[in-house]
Amino acid sequence: MIIIGIAIAISIQIFVGLLINSLQKTLVDRTIGNSPQITILSSTDISTMRDWEILVREMGEIDQIKTLAVSATASAFIEDGNRNLPIIVRGFNFDDVDSIYNIRDSLYEGRPYQSVREVLIGKDLREDLEVDVGDKLVVKTPEGKEAIFIISGFYDLGVASINESWILANLETTQRIFNFGNRITSIEATMTDVFAADTTAREIEKLLDNDDIKVNNWKEQNEELLSGLEGQRISSIVIQVVIIASVVIAISSVLAITVLQKSKEIGILKAMGIKDLAASLIFIYEGFLVGLVGATLGVILGLGLLYGFNASTTSPDGVAIVDLYIEYDFILTSWFIGLAASTFAGILPARKSLKLSPVDVIREG
Amino acid sequence: MSSIIELKNVDKIYTGAVDTQVLFDINLSFDSSSCNAIVGESGSGKSTLLNIMGTLDKPTRGEVFINGIKIGDMDKNKLAELRNESIGFVFQFHYLLPEFTALENVLIPYWIKNRVASKETMEKANELFEMLGITRWKNSLVTKMSGGQQQRTAIARALINNPKILIADEPTGNLDSETTNKICGSFREINQRFGTTFIVVTHDRQVAEKTDRIIEIRDGKIEKDVLK
Repeated sequence: MIIIGIAIAISIQIFVGLLINSLQKTLVDRTIGNSPQITILSSTDISTMRDWEILVREMGEIDQIKTLAVSATASAFIEDGNRNLPIIVRGFNFDDVDSIYNIRDSLYEGRPYQSVREVLIGKDLREDLEVDVGDKLVVKTPEGKEAIFIISGFYDLGVASINESWILANLETTQRIFNFGNRITSIEATMTDVFAADTTAREIEKLLDNDDIKVNNWKEQNEELLSGLEGQRISSIVIQVVIIASVVIAISSVLAITVLQKSKEIGILKAMGIKDLAASLIFIYEGFLVGLVGATLGVILGLGLLYGFNASTTSPDGVAIVDLYIEYDFILTSWFIGLAASTFAGILPARKSLKLSPVDVIREG
Repeated sequence: MSSIIELKNVDKIYTGAVDTQVLFDINLSFDSSSCNAIVGESGSGKSTLLNIMGTLDKPTRGEVFINGIKIGDMDKNKLAELRNESIGFVFQFHYLLPEFTALENVLIPYWIKNRVASKETMEKANELFEMLGITRWKNSLVTKMSGGQQQRTAIARALINNPKILIADEPTGNLDSETTNKICGSFREINQRFGTTFIVVTHDRQVAEKTDRIIEIRDGKIEKDVLK
């Protein structure tokens, strides 16, 4: 019974803890995972930056930065019949943009752009314009200059605002049509640890020491999401503390009742010569063994629950709603807490047993 | 014959709301390998006397010697060791551990000191089972045994460490006369074979008559001490 109690408590602890952590990571991954976590822009009236190769080289030396992409981006529009559709032409080297936005996997038709004349457009814009791979696309700059492109493929990033407005092209393409020369408009970066974006951003500012640029990070732009995540994390800790406290009280009570139930046996063992300390240690050992078995079963049960939950909660297209992140440190800590709590719970009955006098037990019959 | 237990001027007073004196100036000694009975009415103080001789309780005044050693100076751990090595107990209730088999219960006093049972100990256990007529049940859980079999298992447990003294408090109190006779016979056989000193508290005259000496206690004092 005690073993089952511990197993259930630890399984809930592991289930709740890992689920909430996975939920947080999934949320972060899906909201900011496929987007830059740090963006460097010009802070002057001119939106473009020169000498960006130095900035890229210096940023490339920062350990926490996973990928880097330079972009030349500008607004334009597409004339479609009698309407003008506002669009954003984003110029990147394809491998760079792929490393941040995972474009290759988002291409559902066609192929990446290769020449300076080729572009990729989003799913929503394609549906709006009713175009196919190989069709021509005429883009007009605000200055009235026209550029004719060939559509090499279509992407779907799952965000309508991007799908309907971004036209992805070569860096050189945008630099040429918007007369940027060798200049760019932004440097975008992803991080190895997305939550370190703010500290890394400050580090970059310090490192580059350049008043003409500003360094944005996702955390300062998503404060509400962050406070939501923090709230979730605190609730998770509170739940886990309550579970462990319940386990300690429950095991301690059960073992204390065991002392009362077994007082005759403890008394006779003392009469037979078992020493007080050894009689007490029985309850510490019992707590330890019960904890060992219970916590191990709890880990198995908790992981089973988690995988079961994950398999049964999928979106209509069969993809799991939450991506599971199995943190071995957390599992080991939970297992150890279960073991320690159970051993600790043996202290109260051990003290009771220590005070038990054999003659009292025998006299009471 | 040398004396194995000796009590000198022993008083016992239970303190509480009202102090109750249950033993008054008891002076007794028991010879090694003797077989003794302590009889008396309920509440006469015979069980208290037995608990003091078994080192489970302490006298309020007076001294107790076991094997010539004054036990009043010994700490709880030393007393536990002394009980484990030198004294076997049999009570009215068997107090066997229900989770264990008869054999495991018998080996517990040995395990308290030695952890793993030696070949000699296993042979001794088998000999005791044989002598007490319960070999068939040695691997049974004690809950599956009759009252008489359980009490005989408790006797085997008391003897496994070859104690010099066996203290029994109403060992046949819950048994029928046939089983009582068998157990008395076993006590006699053990006394003769191993030279164990027996001190049996009983209010059953039939049991007392089978011993060599009958001490009668009344109101905490020795009323009669008859050596047959």
